[in-house]
Parts: sequence; structure tokens; C-alpha cells
Amino acid sequence: MRTRISADLVRGEFVVQIETISGENLLACNQCGKCSAGCPVAFSMDLLPSQVLRLAQLGIEEMLGSQTIWTCASCLTCVARCPKGIDLPRIMEALRQITMERGGNCLEVDQVSPEMMGEMPQLALIGGFRKFTT
Amino acid sequence: MIDRALVIGAGIAGIQAALDIANSGYEVVLVDKEPSIGGHMAQLSETFPTLDCSQCIMTPRTVEVGHHENIQMYTYSQVESVARDDLTGDFSVRIRRRAAYVNWDLCTGCGVCQEKCPFKVESVFERGIGPRKVVYTLSPQAVPNKPVIDADHCRYLQSKWDIEAGRVPAVTKKGKPAKPKCGACAKFCPTGAIDWEQQDEIFEEKVGAIIVATGYDLLPQSRLKEYGAGRVPDVIDGLAFERLLSASGPTAGQVLRPSDGQVPREVVFVQCSGSRDPEHGVAYCSKICCMYTAKQAILYKHHVPQGQAYVFYIDVRAGGKGYEEFLNRAQEEDGVVYLRGKVSKLFREGDKIIVKGADTLSNRTIEIAADLVVLATSVVSRADSRKVAEMLGLNIDTDGFFSPSNEEFSPVESGMPGIFLAGAALGPKDIPETVAQASGAAAKVLSLFQRSKSERKQVEGVGDEARRVEC
Amino acid sequence: MKFAYFPGCTLSTKAVGYDVSGRAVAAALDMTFEELPDWQCCGATFPLATNNTMALIAPTRMLTRAQEADNHVTTLCAICYHVLKRTQVFLERDPEALERINWFTEEPYAGQARVSHFLELLRDELGWEALAERVTHPLTGIKVAPYYGCLLLRPENEIGLDDADEPRILHDCLAALGCEVVDFPYKVECCGSYLAVNKPELPEKLSQEIVGSARRHGAQAIVTACPLCQFNLDYPQRPGGAKGAPAGDELPVLYFTQLMAVALGLKEDVWGMEGHYVDPSPLFDDRD
Repeated sequence: MRTRISADLVRGEFVVQIETISGENLLACNQCGKCSAGCPVAFSMDLLPSQVLRLAQLGIEEMLGSQTIWTCASCLTCVARCPKGIDLPRIMEALRQITMERGGNCLEVDQVSPEMMGEMPQLALIGGFRKFTT
Repeated sequence: MIDRALVIGAGIAGIQAALDIANSGYEVVLVDKEPSIGGHMAQLSETFPTLDCSQCIMTPRTVEVGHHENIQMYTYSQVESVARDDLTGDFSVRIRRRAAYVNWDLCTGCGVCQEKCPFKVESVFERGIGPRKVVYTLSPQAVPNKPVIDADHCRYLQSKWDIEAGRVPAVTKKGKPAKPKCGACAKFCPTGAIDWEQQDEIFEEKVGAIIVATGYDLLPQSRLKEYGAGRVPDVIDGLAFERLLSASGPTAGQVLRPSDGQVPREVVFVQCSGSRDPEHGVAYCSKICCMYTAKQAILYKHHVPQGQAYVFYIDVRAGGKGYEEFLNRAQEEDGVVYLRGKVSKLFREGDKIIVKGADTLSNRTIEIAADLVVLATSVVSRADSRKVAEMLGLNIDTDGFFSPSNEEFSPVESGMPGIFLAGAALGPKDIPETVAQASGAAAKVLSLFQRSKSERKQVEGVGDEARRVEC
Repeated sequence: MKFAYFPGCTLSTKAVGYDVSGRAVAAALDMTFEELPDWQCCGATFPLATNNTMALIAPTRMLTRAQEADNHVTTLCAICYHVLKRTQVFLERDPEALERINWFTEEPYAGQARVSHFLELLRDELGWEALAERVTHPLTGIKVAPYYGCLLLRPENEIGLDDADEPRILHDCLAALGCEVVDFPYKVECCGSYLAVNKPELPEKLSQEIVGSARRHGAQAIVTACPLCQFNLDYPQRPGGAKGAPAGDELPVLYFTQLMAVALGLKEDVWGMEGHYVDPSPLFDDRD
């Protein structure tokens, strides 16, 4: 895959949007991978968290189509371990928000099984719907 | 100005500086707080990138120091105070030599006391891998090869002091006078060198120049909480692994797990353990770890040919001469697998250590069940560097390393007249750089002595009493 | 002593056992909970986007209620604690944001409220020794693994309850109750949280790893402070649903307040142990 990058991309609207919504400096990340190493759900992600951040650094928007940002549980392990203190959960939230602004909700009520709906603590429902819908 | 120099610290920097000055005909006072000289280099097995045996290349110099007519060595000693004479610029130095309870004038270094001492304690020199006796030398090649007694753990001394202080009855239940326990070393010493009454000794020296070469420490593992905080068996630091590799170490150079003495088949090396981590450790790069980790991985493979070594890294820093080639050798010849990613967490599971890391190059999270984990912990400044700096009026940076007057252009000058800096006391550095800096600092001292000599000659030549020598 | 108490939505319904045991234990220790008047859901998530002021309003309102109650509110639910605590810290550090939020609230929040977790009160106000002295039915011989989860501890520089990698607060609480405390490496690993909603297979997998690790270290039960952790660890072990756990090897997942209720000799009707998927009662069958 060949990607042509330029100032318009690496300092373009997409990157600025992520940095504004998250409040984080994307280029502070030196891709050490510790976030991915400690992420409890990385095993089920198509792109690793550090990979998503890498693509964000380069302004590459296709990664919004990955499962990763919807698999993030906001457990905060990544930011706790990051040597640079980069708040990756905030970056993930920004990416979720941008995706939803463009394309609508990513969770519908009928996706949740009625059985689970009845069993699970409501804070899970509230949390899930807050994270995955606008 | 008195043309004698004080060198504080007798690691390889101090040793080199002392030799350069002494070989130029000037007297040197060399002080080190350990019982013998050599610093951390004495703990190493082999050095990179040549894989020279560390003791083999260092011993000629340590022996030269030990025998040099121009070097006055004070080991097991610390500089307590330094006062400067404003007129002459000379320093009055007070050195405290700790009570070793062994008379080094009588001691021949035969080693019988060490052999016979019944008690072992954990050895700081062995980094927790092995013990030492209560009466001990740091290694068989120690210079001076004279032992000291660790009073805190000596049964004789502790019981003697208890009796003298009245903490225990002066007379036993059987009516006999209470006697201190053990004393095996004194019983067997052929020259009667054990001196239970020995006290700290103060020495006053006057010098015209000082070189600070106090070296470095390693970040304690307790700071690395997600790596076990130093409590997980078989998770050791780089210097501890050197002791495992070392022929004079606690395992006689066999690579064996500290917990059960088994040969580890899968060893994980974790670089940047604390370094490049402004959030939890130190912000800077410790410079030497990429190279010594490659060295350790290579040596591990030489010791355990059927073993597998992995190195978790972020970047590999191999900027010196022959360094890149050394790295290539580790991978191409010794099959070391380099994984690009930091380890997030490790923990013990049965008799393995589960290491959870990542490889950003293949975009995978990587899990290894290791037999042994070696952490390349950060090079940090000595805990007492602030005290030393205050004593001498020197600057230290926010990480506790001594600051030269200009990092780029005057790297060995402290900014204080007559005081120079060398080696890892300034920051992480490898052996070639350290030796070069030591010679650099020595050259500055020699230049100082030479100038003062020529100024004195000038004054004497003119015979003008009104002119003073300003040094 | 009395403490203003914020139960949260889940403790009033699904996790009512946590609430019942918590209130009973607090009362028994003379640390009575007084429910905050006119409370509402805290929102269950702390907003991570800088432009999400809306999500801060609910927790801010609760902090205003706390203001009226001696400027202090305590919680049991780890998620409520996380949301309220982080909101309080955020508004304390950013006066501009505080001003903005106050445009949207009925009563202004002054920014000084204290948010505590009950564990913190036990540790700092009562003390573990004092707790141990009140134990009448020590849980001797019961091997319990303390499971902290994520949001009770992280981010450490905002929450500050305990060390986020090597916490001790639940360990110490259990030790005071006489339990044999089983330390295990997965004690701060995430249970999957709200992924139970959209990707339930993930909390199931994580539960297997966490419960499996506790079991391998000899635990007979797991203790937690969060209703979602409790659910995510307990539900996959349910009869007919358990994956990978051999029958008979299930570990009951309890709230620390439930164990406290047993150890303090309180009546069984306040232990709150109905509704567990793995029945914890066999652990206490041989006790009075």
C-alpha cells in the first residue's frame, strides 16, 4: 500500500479535529507499543491501539473503519502505562465521536440480546450506549 | 598551589585519571567508599563490543594503581569535607576511613578469614544473586586485596558491643564472664590482623585540584511496579545478569536461574526499563543498555547454545565504533530475536514468568513464558550526588548528575576552579567515553599544575616579593 | 458518624445486595450512610472528549448535593466513584470549565466537594485494626482474591485511592476480616466493562482469564467493589453458560461489603447474597 503524505494530511483537518477533541498531542507518541502490550482486548482487535494512533498521526482516515475503537473498553491501562502519559482513551473517544458524527450511531438497541438486557447492570447499558451512540 | 590531586571515586574513570596524573610525576590521593577499587566495571563479565574480559583489561590498571608510588589510595573511605584556601586556591580535604576491624598493615590477603567465617549475608556486589561472608573482599582480584568486616552483621562485634553497653548481662548464668560470640576470623588469621578495637580514622590531605568521578547507580527495581517491583523471582537487572555470566560470580559463570538453579532456556531482555519514561521513570535514554543487552544476549547464547534470547526494544542505539556490527552479530550469528515494543506487564505463573509485550513491526501483541527476565534498568545518579555537589560547590542537573560548565564544549570542567568531572557521574556513558573523559580531566589538572609551576618560576626568577602567585 | 451516600442506579436495582450489605455494615460500624436527597444517575462514564460538557452536568449536580451535605459524599459503586471523583478533580483544576458548567446547573457548584469511596473511609477514618476488632465471625480459612478492576484505581494521579499497579486497600480490608488473602496477577486487569453490551464474548473471555488466574492461585472466592466487574466475572460462570470452567470449580464473586456483613456477625438478611449466578452460600454454610 502506498500512501502519499503531505502537510495537508499530517497537519490537516482530520488531525486537528482529533487533537482538539482529545486535547492530546499525537506526535508525542514514539510508537513504543506499551499501550498495545497491556491492552486487555487487543487480542480481538484488527488494528492495535498503537497502530490506530500511528495512522492518526499520519492523518490516514481509513482506520476509522476498524473495529478497534469499538472494542476499546476505556479501561485506562494504556494511559497508566504510557511513558509519555499520552491519553489514548481520549484519542479513542475522539475517533468514536468523529465516526459517529459522520455516520450515525454504532450501537442499536436491537443488537443487544433481550436476555442480556434483562440481566446486565444498567450502568453497563448506560455506559455502552453513551460510548457508542451520539 | 600544591601540585597534588584528589580523585573522588575509583571506578574506571577515577583509576584512569589517577594513573594519568601519577604517571606525569604528581601525587594523587584516590578515595573510594568500597573496600576495593574498580567500581561497576569490576562487576562486569565482558565489555562491548570487543567481548574482552572486564577483569582482564582492568586488572593491569588496578594493580598499577595499587603499587604506584605516586598514588595514595584510601578505600573504604569517603571525603567528609573540603575547604578551600581563598589565597592559594588549595583544598584541605578531610577523609574518613571507616573502621574495617582488620589491620591492613598486618593482613597479607591470604583469605583464610573469609573461608572460615561461618556467616553469609546478601552481597550488594552480587546484586542479590549471591551472598558474601561477613568478613569479605569484593572479588578475588580486589585491589587492595584486604578484607573488611561488616560490623552490622558481625556476631563478634555485635555481641561485644552488647556486653560493653550492658544490653546483655556481663556474667553468664554459669558465673563466667560473658564473651563475644564467634570470632572465627581472629582465631584463624595467621598474622593476627583482626583488630576488634579499630575505629574510624580521619586523614587530612592538602591538594591543588580535584576530580569528581563518583560514577552511577541503577534504578532500583522497586520503582518498576508493573515489572514486579523487584519481588518476582528470576526477574533481575543487567548488573545482576553480569554476575551470573561472570566466572568469578556466585555461579562461577554458569547461567542459572536464581530461584532454582535451573538453566533458563528462554530469556527475555527488556530494554528501557525506566528510561525514556518521563511519566514513571527518567525521561532520558540511558545510552548503554542497547549495547550491553546485545552483549548479554550474545554471551547467554555462548553459555547456553540451545537457549533462546528475546529483546524487547523501542529503538536500538548503537552509535559507537563497531556497535552496529555488534548488534547485527547478535541477531545474525546468535539468533537473538528482537521484538519492537515495550513490555506492559510481567508476572510469575508457576515456574515461568509471563511477559506481556508487543511487536509493532508485525502489529501483534506478544506473550512469552520466560524462564528468566533481565531488565535493562535506567542508569541513575548516585543517591549522595547532591551532598557531594554541595560539599564542593558544584551544580547538579535535575536528574542528580553533575553539570559541567558547558555540556558541549567544556564537558569535564565543573565551573569551579580546580575541580573537574569525569565519567558516569556526569551522565550515562560507556567505557571508551569514560576513559577518554578521565584522561581529559587529568589533562586539565596537569595543565593547571604546569601553569602554576611556570608562574612560580616566573616569580622566583624576578625575585619580586610583592608579586603573589595567584592560582 | 454519618456520611452522605450516593448509591447510584445500579446499586438500587441489579446490585441491590451491594447496597443492602453496605448500608448495614456502615451502620454497624457507626458510619451510617445517609442517602443523598434528589440524586440521579451519575452518567456511568466520565466524558473523555473535551467538547462533551453535557456529560459533566449530571455528576456536577451530584457534587452540588454533596455541597449541601457537609461537602462530602461517599460511594460504593466504583464507577460512580470514578465519575464523581474525576468530575470533582477536573472542575477543581479548571475554573473556567467550572464556570461554564454552572451556566447549565440550577444551583452553582462551588468546586470544593470531597468524593470518597467507602474503602477509603474504612482505611482512613476507621482503620483496619479497629475494623478487625469489631469482627465477631472471622472468615478464617476462606481464601479470597481481591479483584480491583480498572476504574476504582485509574488514573492514579486523579483518583489517588491506592497504587494502581500494586494496590493494597482490598487486601487489607480482607485481612482485617480474617480471610486468607490471595494475591494474583490479574487483580487490576479489565473485566471488559460495557463491552458486555456490544461484544459480550469479550468480557466472557476476560472473565475466564481473571477467574482462572485467581483459581490457579488457590482462591475460593473473588471480591470486588464494582457492580459491572461483579456481573462480568459472575455471569459467564452461570450454570449452563460457563465456558471452560469445569463444573464445581466456579468461584463466587462477592462485594467486599458482603464479606464484611458476615464477619461482623450481621444477620443473613443483610448479606445481600440473592441474585448471584454462582451461589456464594456454601462458603459460609458452617458458620453461625
